[in-house]
Amino acid sequence: MTAILTPVRGRQLVYRINPVAKLLASMIITIGILLSIDWVSASVALAFELVLCLWSGLSARRLLARTWPILVAAVFAGVTILLYGSPSGATYARFLFVHITDGSIEFSIATTLRVIAVALPAVVLFVTIDPTELGDGLAQLLKLPSRFVIGGLAGFRLVGLFLDDWRSLELARRARGVADSGKLRRLASMAFSLLVLSIRRGSKLATAMEARGFGGPAKRTWARTSTFGWPGAGLVIIAFLVAAVSIAAAVMAGSWNFLGSG
Amino acid sequence: MLLLGASGAGKSTLIAALAGVLGDDEGGEELGDLRVGGHPARQARGRVGLVLQDPDSQVILARVGDDVAFGCENLGIPRDEIWPRVREALDAVGLEVPLDYPTSQLSGGQKQRLALAGVLAMRPGLLLLDEPTANLDPAGVSEVRDAVARVLERGRSTLVVIEHRVDVWIDVVDRVIVLDSDRGIIGDGTPDEVLHRNGSELAATGVWVPGIVPPHSRRDRRRGEVMLRTDDLVIGRHKDAPLRDRFNLELRAGGALAITGPNGSGKSTLGLTIAGLLPPVAGRVLASGLAGGLGDEPIGWRSSELVSRVGSVFQDPEHQFLAGTVREELAVGPRVLKLGRLETSARIDEIAGRLRLAALLDANPFTLSGGEKRRLSVATALITRPPLLVLDEPTFGQDSRTWAELVALLAELLDSGTAVAAVSHDVAFVDAVADQTLALGEREVVK
Repeated sequence: MTAILTPVRGRQLVYRINPVAKLLASMIITIGILLSIDWVSASVALAFELVLCLWSGLSARRLLARTWPILVAAVFAGVTILLYGSPSGATYARFLFVHITDGSIEFSIATTLRVIAVALPAVVLFVTIDPTELGDGLAQLLKLPSRFVIGGLAGFRLVGLFLDDWRSLELARRARGVADSGKLRRLASMAFSLLVLSIRRGSKLATAMEARGFGGPAKRTWARTSTFGWPGAGLVIIAFLVAAVSIAAAVMAGSWNFLGSG
Repeated sequence: MLLLGASGAGKSTLIAALAGVLGDDEGGEELGDLRVGGHPARQARGRVGLVLQDPDSQVILARVGDDVAFGCENLGIPRDEIWPRVREALDAVGLEVPLDYPTSQLSGGQKQRLALAGVLAMRPGLLLLDEPTANLDPAGVSEVRDAVARVLERGRSTLVVIEHRVDVWIDVVDRVIVLDSDRGIIGDGTPDEVLHRNGSELAATGVWVPGIVPPHSRRDRRRGEVMLRTDDLVIGRHKDAPLRDRFNLELRAGGALAITGPNGSGKSTLGLTIAGLLPPVAGRVLASGLAGGLGDEPIGWRSSELVSRVGSVFQDPEHQFLAGTVREELAVGPRVLKLGRLETSARIDEIAGRLRLAALLDANPFTLSGGEKRRLSVATALITRPPLLVLDEPTFGQDSRTWAELVALLAELLDSGTAVAAVSHDVAFVDAVADQTLALGEREVVK
């Protein structure tokens, strides 16, 4: 079977940080960067992040494998703004709707850097999150209802089975002689079959969970403690510092522009 | 205690009621009072442990230890008490993997032992097993049976098991009860008494009684010309992950090839590749005997061309169902072949009669029992009269009656010149049908 929910493990410090702290840290950095559209705050944050990547628990190769889609997206966003962004300052080129100016160049660099600066910590921190630990953290630290958290976790495990089901459905349709034409109709019918199969799997899983006392009257205990601890607190403090320093740098450089208002 | 009876006799319903998971929303009537250890069954959750048939839908969490701890957490057991219980339960079922081992890496037999450990950690007084070994290969079956036997030796729990293969459990149980849908309990006593008294009656309803092999005709093993052969075939689910290599097989008209081996050894992949559903990773499948004007390689045929040449029966019949009724399901193949209305209904009546589906023609395929689904999936493959039939675990979890019907049907097809390739770990089936056996070893990914 295809496993989607394999445990994530490693020895580095980053694996000891509570997933909830990682969630908070990437939210703090994101908010800090999104407050202003300028290239100073984004590049300062990005510089910090790149240094912090040394402790991400990922090799340079895995880091690149996980982040290249972001790099591509960021460059595309930058080029789009370069060509079509609102014009201001000296004009360098003009062709139909394309209008490259001082303003659009600056805006384009700022956008590219910001896309990377926002996405990088999110991706890097989430790679090392173990779904089960995230569930523990959400339930124990953020006090989300256990039914919701456990249900989500158990349901997520079924996704791997659905991928296998989908492949079998595809082969079975070829075997039954109906795979030649009407691709759209076939996809719709496969989606329907998958829905039927997934409801059946889901109800079997629910029975198995119920038989193990899930949803019973007893107050649920947790076999694993989820504590924020120093590594988690440390990460959140670092995230605050990154956000604060990059904003301060932008304000001092005079490029700070709140939500693009300047 | 072993609970026996024909399918539809109410065994699973009884077990679900005992486990307290019989929903109020499933309709039907409830009469009388069911008490487990002095409490109504629904409040006795946790005192009763239930293990079901399908290994995949009982794994709840991603790591072995967490999964076993899940039941304890729900019962509100304090944390310091949970982990000793988890270790004890894993020890009892003999599952020797680290606590953080990924559950997705376990074999079917290991998953069932994991489910058993999960209920044992809850320390139930009553252990309910609903066909826990039906989906396992022979190694998995004995793994689970031995684990249960070990648990019983510790003397803490009562066991109730449903199974239609009596020989698996006969040495473990000390009481056998036979249920009948009309007459209620028709047998109750020690295994010897019950099998002696009800043995032949049970065998007739589809229960596998030790010593009674379902009657089936022997075939006259004559073989015709080559239908399909493989040329240094390398198989795999993906191009970059070859499973095994260099198969040089030959399938002849009227010949039956059995593909055996443990779970994960690539049996199903080989079946799918021969059937023209998966492309070979390297090498070729050559079916000049079937091509009839098309290219030699089945993977190059169109789906509508494949259907009259190779009939495929999947391991899970539900994957193959396309229509809302059994009749429409059977009509799919004939419609692809553009057969006339008369011919189509004649073929449907014939095959439905042969496979005991005639009374079910208006039923929804998904609502059929396991045996009926299997018979329907075989019928959908046969209705286009393909000269080659590829079956994946056709007798998986079937009662002895369906088993005998399938064996008889295949023997008939073989004698009329159909070639058969069957993936199976059912020894009796292979003995009865195959005249060529290919045994695949442990999984080894080929470089």
